[in-house]
Amino acid sequence: MAGAIELSGIVKRYGGHVALAGVSLVVQPGEFTALVGGSGSGKTTLLKTINGLVTPDAGEVRVQGETASAQPPYILRRKIGYVFQEIGLFPHMSVAENIAITPKLLGWAPDRIAARVATLLDLVVLPKDVAARAPSELSGGQRQRVGVARALAAEPKIMLMDEPFGALDPLTRDQLGSDYRALHERLGLTTLMVTHDMAEAVLLADRIVVLAAGRILADGRPAELLATTADPEVRALLEAPKRQADRLRARLAGEGA
Amino acid sequence: MNARLAAAWALLPEYLGWHVLLSASALVLGVAISLPLAVAASRSPRLRWPVLAGASLIQTIPSLALLALFYPLLLAISALSRSLIGHGFAALGFLPSLLALTLYSMLPILRNGAAGILGVDPAVKEAADGVGMTPRQRLFQVELPLAAPVIMAGVRTAAVWTIGAATLSTPVGQTSLGNYIFAGLQTENWVFVLFGCAASAGLALIADQLLGLVEAGARRRSRTLTLTGLAGLAVGVALALLPLAGVGKPGSYVIGAKNFSEQYILADLMAQRLQDAGASVQRKEDLGSAVAYRALAAGEIDAYVDYSGTLWTNVLQRTDNPGRKPVLDQLTAELKRRDGVLVLGSLGFENAYAFVMRPDRAAALHIASIADLAREAPHLTLGSDLEFLSRPEWKAVQSAYGLRFRTQRSYQPTFMYRALSGGEADVISAFSSDGRIAADKLVVLSDPKGAIPPYDAVVLISPKRAHDARLLSALEPLIGKIPVEAMRDANLSVDRDQAKATPAEAAKALRAKLGL
Repeated sequence: MAGAIELSGIVKRYGGHVALAGVSLVVQPGEFTALVGGSGSGKTTLLKTINGLVTPDAGEVRVQGETASAQPPYILRRKIGYVFQEIGLFPHMSVAENIAITPKLLGWAPDRIAARVATLLDLVVLPKDVAARAPSELSGGQRQRVGVARALAAEPKIMLMDEPFGALDPLTRDQLGSDYRALHERLGLTTLMVTHDMAEAVLLADRIVVLAAGRILADGRPAELLATTADPEVRALLEAPKRQADRLRARLAGEGA
Repeated sequence: MNARLAAAWALLPEYLGWHVLLSASALVLGVAISLPLAVAASRSPRLRWPVLAGASLIQTIPSLALLALFYPLLLAISALSRSLIGHGFAALGFLPSLLALTLYSMLPILRNGAAGILGVDPAVKEAADGVGMTPRQRLFQVELPLAAPVIMAGVRTAAVWTIGAATLSTPVGQTSLGNYIFAGLQTENWVFVLFGCAASAGLALIADQLLGLVEAGARRRSRTLTLTGLAGLAVGVALALLPLAGVGKPGSYVIGAKNFSEQYILADLMAQRLQDAGASVQRKEDLGSAVAYRALAAGEIDAYVDYSGTLWTNVLQRTDNPGRKPVLDQLTAELKRRDGVLVLGSLGFENAYAFVMRPDRAAALHIASIADLAREAPHLTLGSDLEFLSRPEWKAVQSAYGLRFRTQRSYQPTFMYRALSGGEADVISAFSSDGRIAADKLVVLSDPKGAIPPYDAVVLISPKRAHDARLLSALEPLIGKIPVEAMRDANLSVDRDQAKATPAEAAKALRAKLGL
């Protein structure tokens, strides 16, 4: 079976600095994959090569079987949802206009767009009356829900997310994460999510890909990775959330006693 | 005072109409050129520097000089196009003013445009790419709408600059609110000067406020505000242009004038006679000497009064002085042969350059002639008008008598007389028909070597009007009919401090006195 996303031998340099040193990765349809790694590991750059926000110096990107460079990047991007930490809602448009943007670019009929906006507000659990509001009137969590709705508007099969919940408070972050995981299941999406938070990766993803210095260091299901990896750095990364949880439990128990 | 204010009000519709037409066209053109350039500059750092530096450089050229430079440039291009495709265009008036003001309006729009587009939040730009916009869609749907308030602030600045600088289009022959200022400065009509300043400042304020509404609309994303501002601008421009519907008809005559009282009076005299004959008349005032003759030869003005000595030295570039009659005869033949310009004839008086002193100074220094003056000149200060020191007549006098002054200062003619009476200048280059010479009992120094050529006031007609019966029959009766005393009185009535007349009133009085 062909992968939803196939990357082979991706190289990207910025001046003398090598951001990606020949990365190959196949993401299967329906998979929820987390790309983890420290800052400068190349995870964001790798994500952006998929929707053409970054053009690789060498290597091939195939999305749903088609070579990415064979079409104008904007055609490709209309078929891929993109959510990032800064959200980037258009401040001069209402929430509804923000959500409707990609369907409008694709030339959907106005009533189909209106129906789609209503459906999406339900999907991301936002009340109907935010549709007419300006993005500046929403809370951070509501804004990112609009960001997710905008990315899903044109019914893409693939979602790329770059630290999507990174700027939110822990409660909102947890809620939004599990809400999105449910959407992933319900809509049968293929999701590739960049995060530096291993706990989030373990909680949400089916598969974790660890990057360091522009190379894949480890790749597998969370449990399987922990069991098999010999790399001390990967092991430390994977064990961090568990250690944190143990410490939390110990401290909370100690205070209760 | 009230009469002068009334005269100023009466001219307002025409002056304001032209001023608005000129500034609005320059601004629209400026925006149309600057916005694409600003977009290009925001895209390419390599282009940004030269574009912004170029616009800043233009801004450093004094606006009056920028306007003046376009005249010879357009004249050359017009001559080229006439020889290539058989059609020239007007190098004087609207076109040079429009081009200079357009260039002048570009810097704030360019600067704010580039800054506004570069200032759009990078996250929003990334989102625009991410949702699948083409570069063009990103520009028109995201970047320009978000940069609009900053761009509008630049357009506001440009509008205020353009409206102010448009007053300087008067000397290149474009009617504007500057006509009040230039004419008022010449005739010491401070009511006119203040009126022109107030009108231009008021116009700038109104335009600024209306553009401010558009800017606020863009900032607050309020369509109502934006549309109110735009509608206000459209209504304002339309109202201002209404009075222009009547002028500029192909049948109307254009009378030119240089920048001093006698010229205004004679232009009014000619215009009044033409209007009495049922013709419609336009005016182009405050032209420089060389500009006026070339404009006439090119048919941009139909008639004006010049002086034989000026044409003799400046146009024919002669330095000899064969006498009053031969100069006039040769001039008539040569101008017809060279440019097809018709010298209709002399009005009957001379307005020569004359060296003039206060009687007490002249007596104390024993000066009666230019030869005497040459003896004392190294201790004296010469006051002249703005063009005299660069004219060939000055060089002729200088070399004939060996004149060498301690200091030389240039003034507007009006201030030159003030300088003489105040003692800042010991001797001035005056005009012999100036009423102030007799009124102030000034001493005119004699010219024993005949170095200063004769300056008969002559009526010149453009080549295309040389056989225009209506124009000729209106102006021919003036030939030989104006004695120098009558002209002096008329000039004095405009130039004096008390009970001043407007040039039009002086022209009426002159007509009544001489039965013209």
